[in-house]
Amino acid sequence: MPSIEVQQLEKSFPSSAQALFAGLSFALDSNECLCLLGPSGCGKTTLLRLLMGLEKPSRGTIRVDPAVAMKMSYVFQEPRLVPWRTCLENVLLPLELTAKINNAARDRAVELLQKIGLSNRLEHFPNQLSGGMQMRVALARALITQPKIILLDEPFAALDERTRFHMQDLLLELKARLQLQYVFVTHSIAEAVYISDRILLLDNAGACRDVRSLPFRSRNQSIKLTPEFNAVVREYSSLFSDMEESFAASNL
Amino acid sequence: MQRLTCKVKAMIPTLRIWIADKLPAWIFLAGMLSAWQFIVAQQWVASYLLPSPVQIFKTTLNMWPDIFAATLSTAQSILWGLGLSVIIGMASALIFFSIPIARRAILPFCIFFQTVPIIAIAPLLVIWFGYGQPTVNASAFIVSLFPILANTLTGLQETDPQLKELFRLYKPSRWQLIFKLQIPSAVPYIITGIKISAGLAVVGAIVGEFIAGGGLGSLIDAARTQQRVDLVFSGVLMSSALALALVYTINLITGLLFRHRPYLRRQ
Repeated sequence: MPSIEVQQLEKSFPSSAQALFAGLSFALDSNECLCLLGPSGCGKTTLLRLLMGLEKPSRGTIRVDPAVAMKMSYVFQEPRLVPWRTCLENVLLPLELTAKINNAARDRAVELLQKIGLSNRLEHFPNQLSGGMQMRVALARALITQPKIILLDEPFAALDERTRFHMQDLLLELKARLQLQYVFVTHSIAEAVYISDRILLLDNAGACRDVRSLPFRSRNQSIKLTPEFNAVVREYSSLFSDMEESFAASNL
Repeated sequence: MQRLTCKVKAMIPTLRIWIADKLPAWIFLAGMLSAWQFIVAQQWVASYLLPSPVQIFKTTLNMWPDIFAATLSTAQSILWGLGLSVIIGMASALIFFSIPIARRAILPFCIFFQTVPIIAIAPLLVIWFGYGQPTVNASAFIVSLFPILANTLTGLQETDPQLKELFRLYKPSRWQLIFKLQIPSAVPYIITGIKISAGLAVVGAIVGEFIAGGGLGSLIDAARTQQRVDLVFSGVLMSSALALALVYTINLITGLLFRHRPYLRRQ
């Protein structure tokens, strides 16, 4: 049974004449991780919000496996940390609101903050952290609920390259260790190829290409230097360019 | 010793900033007082109309026991009035926020009530509460209520929508949303409201005392009937000092309560 099944999806906004997605359909299997890739304005964030239930579709259906729906988590494009709460308090917020807070939860929050390299910032407030650090706290907050599936909206865009690689590996580790699934929005083709099993290429016309990602079983940063990896990135890059060219041609 | 020297050296930039910030005001004040003293000494203005700063200072010293007792009485009324305003203003704002129909039904009358000058209501208060402190407390309360209520309500309504959306992900109860998000995010507004109300509570208490007697209001009024302009000035200065002391105390308390809470810097 797929974790998420989308059928004939369309989303229109009063401010825009053209509807997004033009009847998008796809299903995400229970062991798959998906990347949404596309130019600005093609609806990546909207699709993610629709999957989370933050928006309602104008047409079509989104069906989420009830077992998964209970354990979904979301990372917004911006950190959205509560300014009057410390790092640790921010990470614990979801548990506080669902009354699941105890010493074990606190230990888990500290462990998560250690994993993302912020163990010395537990008592710091968001305004004492850099943008990248804030984003990492937001990721820890999403992970504290031990979700089955996590929706991430360009979470690593504000990070420096080294931290970004570290966070990509952390996601892959969580995927392997906890069978965590994720739907990940990014602008980087290389990032999409590295961390996902599938990539959904979207364009501004609402067209969509559903492609497989890397065939590699085990991944680490060194595979980014291999010819195979670069070949896949080039292939998707040209596929992406073709989609954009055909969109530009149709607009002429 | 070396440590002490280091500490003093570290304080020098702070001291420089403080001097640059405050010195112009102190110089202006000294200039104003000197000019005032000079004008009165030259008898360009009659001293029974405008006593000199030195004369006012002397009167304050001579009459200190009476002035101090009056100041204490006014301070007590201000604290009563302001304290009630904080409690009732915040509670009403919370009710108006949680029950929109209550807001639509009652808030327009609160705004109308706010436009009625306290001097017009004060005689009514005397009829209801009699002469003395209860009327003064009520006067201070009425004048200082609205800014706290309005600011708290605005603060509650202006919660960051992005944070609200974040909270909604975790399906909080209405009370969790209010106590964990909306009230904390309204704190800067509430503090601003309390500071505005503090100044108004002083005005309310003095006006109340004009009508109901007691405190600095009564002292100023009595000095006026006796043509003691120097004593009027003493009373005015003490009421200003009270308002300033109140605002500084509020700053101190909020600073201590929220000293690690950076969101207060939004004020």
